[in-house]
Amino acid sequence: MNDARILDRPAALDVAAIRAQFPILREQVRGKPLVFLDSAASAQKPRAVIEAMVHAMEHQYANIHRGLHWMSERTTEAYEAARDAAQALLGAKEREEIVFVRNTTEGINLLAHSYGRAVLKPGDAVLISAMEHHSNIVPWQMLRDSHGIELRIAPVTDAGELDMEAFATLLDDGRVKLVAITHMSNVLGTYTPVERIVALAHEAGAKVMLDGSQAVVHRKVDVQALGCDFYVFTGHKLYGPTGIGVLWGRRELLEAMPPFLGGGDMISTVSFERSEWAKVPHKFEAGTPAILEGVGLKAAIDWTVALGWDRVAAHEQALTDHALARLSEIEGVRVLGQAQDRGGVVSFTLDGVHAHDVATILDRQGIAVRAGQHCAEPLMRRFGLDSTARASFAAYTTMAEIDYLAEQLARVRAFFR
Amino acid sequence: MTGAAAFDELRDLYQEVILDHGRHPRNHRRLADADRSAKGDNPMCGDRVEVFLRLGADGRIAEASFEGRGCAISQASASLMTELVSGRTADEAKELASALRSLARTGACPACQGAVAEAMERLAPLGGVSEYPSRVKCATLAWHALEAALAGEGKATTE
Repeated sequence: MNDARILDRPAALDVAAIRAQFPILREQVRGKPLVFLDSAASAQKPRAVIEAMVHAMEHQYANIHRGLHWMSERTTEAYEAARDAAQALLGAKEREEIVFVRNTTEGINLLAHSYGRAVLKPGDAVLISAMEHHSNIVPWQMLRDSHGIELRIAPVTDAGELDMEAFATLLDDGRVKLVAITHMSNVLGTYTPVERIVALAHEAGAKVMLDGSQAVVHRKVDVQALGCDFYVFTGHKLYGPTGIGVLWGRRELLEAMPPFLGGGDMISTVSFERSEWAKVPHKFEAGTPAILEGVGLKAAIDWTVALGWDRVAAHEQALTDHALARLSEIEGVRVLGQAQDRGGVVSFTLDGVHAHDVATILDRQGIAVRAGQHCAEPLMRRFGLDSTARASFAAYTTMAEIDYLAEQLARVRAFFR
Repeated sequence: MTGAAAFDELRDLYQEVILDHGRHPRNHRRLADADRSAKGDNPMCGDRVEVFLRLGADGRIAEASFEGRGCAISQASASLMTELVSGRTADEAKELASALRSLARTGACPACQGAVAEAMERLAPLGGVSEYPSRVKCATLAWHALEAALAGEGKATTE
């Protein structure tokens, strides 16, 4: 970092002001103030998102892309503004490269179904990693079983990082045509070294899809700088509504792909003999889309970007460092993964106490954490665990909440001793 | 019990009998000469249990045991189950399983007045899970596996 950048360093996030924008954070749970440490599963919604969706329903709503009337035209504009916001968020070259899907899972299924069947040939390989969410495992298994591709798994080190040596070796024979890998693990918090992954994959003749479900919340993503070919994320983890997500792909790749679902809105002409597909991205957006959710996603992206990515990243880093320090003070707590580059997701076990009991007891104190396998059963098995508890952080998370978590965890241990 | 007193509000769920059986589950072993066994699987949380039954000449359950790991609730429930079904006929064990499921779901125990009253009294602490819908399956998993074993099925799932 040069001197100018340091002088330029923005002030820290004003977390109190941020919290005031989340109505739900004033709720009490079991008689205690809500301490929401489960944002990696789904984030809470700021008033800007809530109001944008309510405003649409109260003042500006009709079906889109088809009405010739005022309401339809205005609603189309509002919905399509979400595409512009997503394009800017990801640094995509063209707005037509933004395909709206229901969530990350649907985005990956679209890719597996369409790119997987039209471009990949039986005998080609898809390379994923051992720290994938089930949503980036199962669609490729289904493709393997129906289409005869090979599925390869890049291992994870004991520290919870991608084993890059093994990763490179798996690319050696040139049969891997697609690398589908997480940008940030939902269990370990590990950021994967995307630039190296992309360089190695491209050199071996493989395209790269990144699962950005977690990363897109915490870091500025620039798909052109990253060099990847597809990027997928979901709206509800980014302070937006459920039911909408984004698949970004390079235009030439999207154009070479057949549609995923057929129906209205994805065609240019239809007769009983044949139909012609609409241009990208509409080719992939059959049926009435999640209109209100699109409006909400636009508000969520605007809200997040306005926080400032430097501040968001610094806040996340401070919270994570603090959490790791506080948890390490508690006897019997073991944190899963010690990656160099890690974000605001901390999975842990407590000796002698099952993660479900941990979660239930914390819940009684108003703390929401997730417990279980986190939709990453193979990764759990890799570390010889049945389950972990997981605390995850967002822009509205405070240091005091982490202190409270640590205090209550120490009590859990005493309770079960 | 250092920190226990400070967590009084948890006593509805984590009563002493549950903590005790959770810490020191009874009959937690594989039965080498089991006549019946079944696995129970809760895919949502990853809990797995396997129940083993040895049947006597009279057709009653002579011995029951279980293997598996899980939370305090699931271990305590399985442990209590192995103690309570020994000596019972299949029908009696099924009646108990059904009463336990209703207790775990609703917290109420109509069966506590009936033929299985004595056994249900020991299981009553498990009724605390009814306040925690996501934990009900922890209490019922071993009993699903028990019923699968009695029915001659190898596998039960709480899904």
